[in-house]
Amino acid sequence: MAYVMRSSPSVQSGSLAPHSSASSVSSSASSSSYILRLGALNSQRSGRLSITRRAIGTANRRTRKPHGVSASTSELVAEKPSIKNALAITREEGLILYEDMVLGRSFEDMCAQMYYRGKMFGFVHLYNGQEAVSTGFVKCLKPEDYVCSTYRDHVHALSKGVPARAVMSELFGKATGICRGQGGSMHMFSKEHGLLGGFAFIGEGIPVATGAAFKTKYEREVLKNDKADAVTVAFFGDGTCNNGQFFECLNMAALWKLPIIFVVENNLWAIGMSHYRATSVPEIWKKGPAFGMPGIHVDGMDVLKVREVALEAVARARRGDGPTLVECETYRFRGHSLADPDELRKPAEKAHYAARDPIIALKKYLLESGLVDETDLRSIDKKIDEIVEDAVEFADASPLPPRSQLLENVFADPKGFGIGPDGKYRCEDPAFTAGTAQV
Amino acid sequence: MRAAAEKGHTSAASLPGIPRASKLITSAVAAKSEATTSSPSTKPGHEVLLFEALQEGLEEEMEKDPRVCVMGEDVGHYGGSYKVTKGLAEKFGDLRVLDTPIAENSFTGMAIGAAMTGLRPIVEGMNMGFLLLAYNQISNNCGMLHYTSGGQFTIPIVIRGPGGVGRQLGAEHSQRLESYFQSVPGLQMVACSTPYNAKGLMKAAIRSENPVILYEHVLLYNLKERIPDEDYTCCLEKAELVRPGKDVTILTYSRMRHHVLQAAKTLINNGYDPEIIDIISLKPFDLYTIGNSIKKTHRVLIVEECMRTGGIGASLRSSIIDNFWDYLDAPIMCLSSQDVPTPYAGPLEDATVVQPPQIVKAVEQLCQ
Repeated sequence: MAYVMRSSPSVQSGSLAPHSSASSVSSSASSSSYILRLGALNSQRSGRLSITRRAIGTANRRTRKPHGVSASTSELVAEKPSIKNALAITREEGLILYEDMVLGRSFEDMCAQMYYRGKMFGFVHLYNGQEAVSTGFVKCLKPEDYVCSTYRDHVHALSKGVPARAVMSELFGKATGICRGQGGSMHMFSKEHGLLGGFAFIGEGIPVATGAAFKTKYEREVLKNDKADAVTVAFFGDGTCNNGQFFECLNMAALWKLPIIFVVENNLWAIGMSHYRATSVPEIWKKGPAFGMPGIHVDGMDVLKVREVALEAVARARRGDGPTLVECETYRFRGHSLADPDELRKPAEKAHYAARDPIIALKKYLLESGLVDETDLRSIDKKIDEIVEDAVEFADASPLPPRSQLLENVFADPKGFGIGPDGKYRCEDPAFTAGTAQV
Repeated sequence: MRAAAEKGHTSAASLPGIPRASKLITSAVAAKSEATTSSPSTKPGHEVLLFEALQEGLEEEMEKDPRVCVMGEDVGHYGGSYKVTKGLAEKFGDLRVLDTPIAENSFTGMAIGAAMTGLRPIVEGMNMGFLLLAYNQISNNCGMLHYTSGGQFTIPIVIRGPGGVGRQLGAEHSQRLESYFQSVPGLQMVACSTPYNAKGLMKAAIRSENPVILYEHVLLYNLKERIPDEDYTCCLEKAELVRPGKDVTILTYSRMRHHVLQAAKTLINNGYDPEIIDIISLKPFDLYTIGNSIKKTHRVLIVEECMRTGGIGASLRSSIIDNFWDYLDAPIMCLSSQDVPTPYAGPLEDATVVQPPQIVKAVEQLCQ
């Protein structure tokens, strides 16, 4: 059964039916002839049921107007008319999406438990509520594609294929962690799975992602490898969208038509700073067209909508048409981190988004559409429980890194530690890594 | 030859200040037969200016490995503000020699992302000072990412550019970033000072799997020297013995090497025999070459262009005390730049950096 977004309002639990589905953002679309509908973009989302709409920036160079889509109250929003063949998913796809989101949620819940039991420390930022964004995007990617994240990276790692054991071990600071216990919660990296980090400072991952996309272009055009088409997805939040690196990278990505998708996980809050108190123009999607790329706004609590946008943005990047900026309206059910008392957000706002829980929404859709039945979903739930428990057991049983690991990995080439007074490279001394690094 | 008074030591043969029975020395650099590392060329070689040497090194490595690429402001069509990348964009194309927008933090981060995924970029800071804007990326991602990823990603990047005090360029264009970056774990830092070591270090840095910062100096780009025709690299971790001697070890780098050499002319004429070492590797220090020298001379003078506070000299001093305390006959002297933003006015600017007469005086004081 095909899934047609607007005709099944029951899928979007708690929100009004959105007007538009994803439109084609290829440069062949006649952007100048979009039906332009005035719409007051509802900037006060909290406490009100919002109308979700997509706005497409002018990607077509032939009809590009100077200063394209500028931000003003008479902002003309392009809405896509109803399409018969909207995103359809198969039973298998549905189960994959469900399983990935449940894995994300269960894993994060277990993290909270482990943190309060003193198994993990420091700053731990959980992803509860935002699963649709990670699943929606990452499940569209190929293994060779890259994902770049922030400190809220556990679920991006899991979606990209990093085993739960390796992530949990890393959180426990064990030697079997994905980064040998050297990174921690905020620095998940996996070369095997194309996860480029895990960054503590907001914004600093975006240039890294831009570099990975640049490498694809370089591979095609300089190294003449026609098959190089790896796409990079950069995830970051609303707070980051006021940071210089965001704008600098939007510029460079559009300038060189890099195969990158900038995904904004707009959960409205940067610790205790409301997005509206920090941002002169809160509609982040508008900033895409300012730099010459489409800006899409999507309901980030609905995995199918996110997936639809993702498929298009990824296809666009892969065929060489350049970057896309996607703003996902989403919400984190927990505080900014496990240390955040979360006192500033109003209960009504939290309740509004809790009612839009992406996992419950997908579950409802899958059951109502007849693609799956209860036992399918329950067996997935059970499977995930086992995976998460196994991850904890594995992490518990794993050893802490030995002292000798302290100085490994400081340099890829340990000659970088230099030549000691005896004339030998310090790294030639087997006892060196157990000592102190001294230059 | 001026006579110098005896200074009260026991062995006459090694007395500093005693006039040598030889002719006036006009060049402080050791004669070819004594030279150990200057230019061991088997063929005649060719003469180049320092910026050309850098360009040669860069070009040769780009020819050798197609993954090597350059990113920076005006490196492409403009040929680089100091002409180090001149002609490279025509030869290798606009993508391999990438003209970036003015966004240091982001294009440095982009280079890091590209390095993580397989390329070997060289980032040019038009002036080293501009790289202060890239400090976030240089510290967090360039230096530390190999470690925080548990060794999974390597970042074989070279960050280079001109720094140091020039000719009345003003405070912001006269900065010495080696002191700011030296604490970042995971970075290697080298400073070139002659066409020979410029080319050698450039090539070695590009070939290294570690992130390397190559410090060039605004006033040294037009130094001329004959360098070998054949392929050669300089070791990133080794210091360069410029002039062997017995009386005092003078440790220096970059432009100050030349001030030291100038001062050495006077010193030698006054009967001193300084051993001059260009440390080359600002991080890590080559404690072998430095240590051997100290064991011979027992006196150390550091001459640097860094600020006094927290500079390379400060670290070096501390390292020497840790390792060679027993060999010292006198406190380590360190001549650094004044802790002041570089003034525009000529005489004031001259007064902020160490000048040869100061070096002469310091050696005389040290050898008392």
